[in-house]
Amino acid sequence: MSENRELLLSVKDLRVSFFTHAGEVKAVGGISYDLHRGEVMGIVGESGSGKSVEAYSIMGLLQSPGRVIGGSITLDGENVLDYNKEQLQKMRGNRISMIFQNPMTCLNPVYTVGNQIAEALTAHKNVSHADARAAVIEMLKLVGIPNPEKRMKQYPHELSGGMRQRVMIALALICEPDLLIADEPTTALDVTIQAQILELMKDVQKKTQMAIIFITHNLGVVADICDRVSVMYAGKIVETGSVADIFYRPRHPYTLGLLASMPRVDAQEYERLVPIEGTPVDMLNPPPGCAFAPRCEKCMNICIKADPPETDLGDGHIVNCWMEVPRDE
Amino acid sequence: MNENIGATPLVETQKLVKYFPVKGSQGQHVRAVDGISLAIAEGETLGLVGESGCGKTTLGRTMLRLYDPTSGSLFYRGEDITKVKMLAYRRKMQIIFQDPSASLDPRMTVGEIIGEPLDIHKLCSSKAEKRDRVSELLTIVGLNSEQANRYPHEFSGGQQQRIGIARALAVNPEFIVCDEPISALDVSIQSQIVNMLEDMQEDLKLTYLFISHDISVVRHISNRIGVMYLGKLVELATSNELNTNPMHPYTRNLLSAVPIPDPDKSRARSRELLQGDLPSPINPPSGCRFHTRCPLAKPECSQSEPEFTEHTPGHFAACHLI
Repeated sequence: MSENRELLLSVKDLRVSFFTHAGEVKAVGGISYDLHRGEVMGIVGESGSGKSVEAYSIMGLLQSPGRVIGGSITLDGENVLDYNKEQLQKMRGNRISMIFQNPMTCLNPVYTVGNQIAEALTAHKNVSHADARAAVIEMLKLVGIPNPEKRMKQYPHELSGGMRQRVMIALALICEPDLLIADEPTTALDVTIQAQILELMKDVQKKTQMAIIFITHNLGVVADICDRVSVMYAGKIVETGSVADIFYRPRHPYTLGLLASMPRVDAQEYERLVPIEGTPVDMLNPPPGCAFAPRCEKCMNICIKADPPETDLGDGHIVNCWMEVPRDE
Repeated sequence: MNENIGATPLVETQKLVKYFPVKGSQGQHVRAVDGISLAIAEGETLGLVGESGCGKTTLGRTMLRLYDPTSGSLFYRGEDITKVKMLAYRRKMQIIFQDPSASLDPRMTVGEIIGEPLDIHKLCSSKAEKRDRVSELLTIVGLNSEQANRYPHEFSGGQQQRIGIARALAVNPEFIVCDEPISALDVSIQSQIVNMLEDMQEDLKLTYLFISHDISVVRHISNRIGVMYLGKLVELATSNELNTNPMHPYTRNLLSAVPIPDPDKSRARSRELLQGDLPSPINPPSGCRFHTRCPLAKPECSQSEPEFTEHTPGHFAACHLI
């Protein structure tokens, strides 16, 4: 899907820590991946796995006490981490946009939605008032908001949750970014509205050919929209591959566990769920070795001693698990 | 899924109605539950699905008389409990809430939280007996008895939900309303709680009303599923029947919106996507409440309300077009 495409974003050994009173929390512990133009990558993980923190560091939105302590984020050949405030502002909303889980807290309640979308456009591009207005109407139409001339004069509280998320998407897309980061964009919505928003995002992606990083904990959503998936656990990517690799040929015990623990609406008959036992990692005191080892059924001696290295299974399917490491001797 | 279902209904509602007055309006009401009749058999799990705002939580709470019904009646083992004092029945009917941290008092220890219902209903004659019962309950829900002296904030979300479940179990109830019990939990923890609820049902002969917006989970755990839309029950059938042969257009739309964790299946299926949002329950649409979003709506749908009738044995639906 993506072999011949131009490289857009390259994350290398990114490390992010939060320096809290209780100690250092290594929220992201060294992750690397490449994203090509027009590619849709899913990042799946539970709460606290570092998936959102990773996205915030790309956008330069990390807040104290969080700090990037190592690695690089390269966008079109430039390291985003070296950007100053002004350069970051030029990038945000223009080359990279982000949509969030809760549209109500992200839209300004005292400005009309048309105003907010136009602001994003005039901040980055030299356009006249009339042109901006026309572009806003065009964009609201694209995201499926009926009667855009009327809607643009309304305030966020006058819109439903689904409509607000559409406005958020319009706001993110108005400057035609190369990359859209979607952080749990459908989690707060009902399934019926979720399906509408997913269809919309697929549709818009086809039209604009932008790349998307889709952060979610919902594997069903990933299966629907993504080309490639990275599964995160305790601040690390444990497995990455094409959607077919992840869903049909998963190799990491955590990925396998997640897939087995989900009840499925398409199941033929009743099957008892197979949960992943234990509790999520305490990120203040992560266990030595592989972070998943204490919950892993196939845990070996080495797993609790050393971090597993990456094993490339071919075609970009990479697993971080000792079981996949070929033995020397 | 539990297989031992009794023939007699344990809990029954007849034309149950719950309206909430709208503050500052002249006599307007949110029609959260608007005339629902259903019966839950002993040992059964009845799932309740629908979009947020459809009234499923209100129905669950009204069935426990946490809200007093506006009209209609409520029966427990055939006894009318619409107006009686509930204290005696609270021993039989309990609830598990959605947000585990919000439903536990942060200033009480876990032991006090689980012990409180034992005190209220005077179920233990001595402190030692109470202590034993609390540790027994903690063990049932997969926690340690030493953890009784800790406070809720010292536990993870999944463990807090287990504490909430232990509290519900303390009085040996027969009927438990599970109101979105796993929605606030992480994916890998959800299945632990689902399995635990299933085990408890078998061991303790419980009857559940399982409320969730996650149809995959409801389908997994329930014997029968009721689908709600704007305060009305639009379809009711066994779990399998509802999935293989959904009759109501709303149910069909709801099912096709559920994401499937399988890329090929998910991309190959044709989706009947629902347009628009849920209308306001203050002024619900006339006739069939779904007609404003229904892809098949006919003129008659906006005029008369469809009856909730049995189309095939055990399969009820309310739609003019069936």
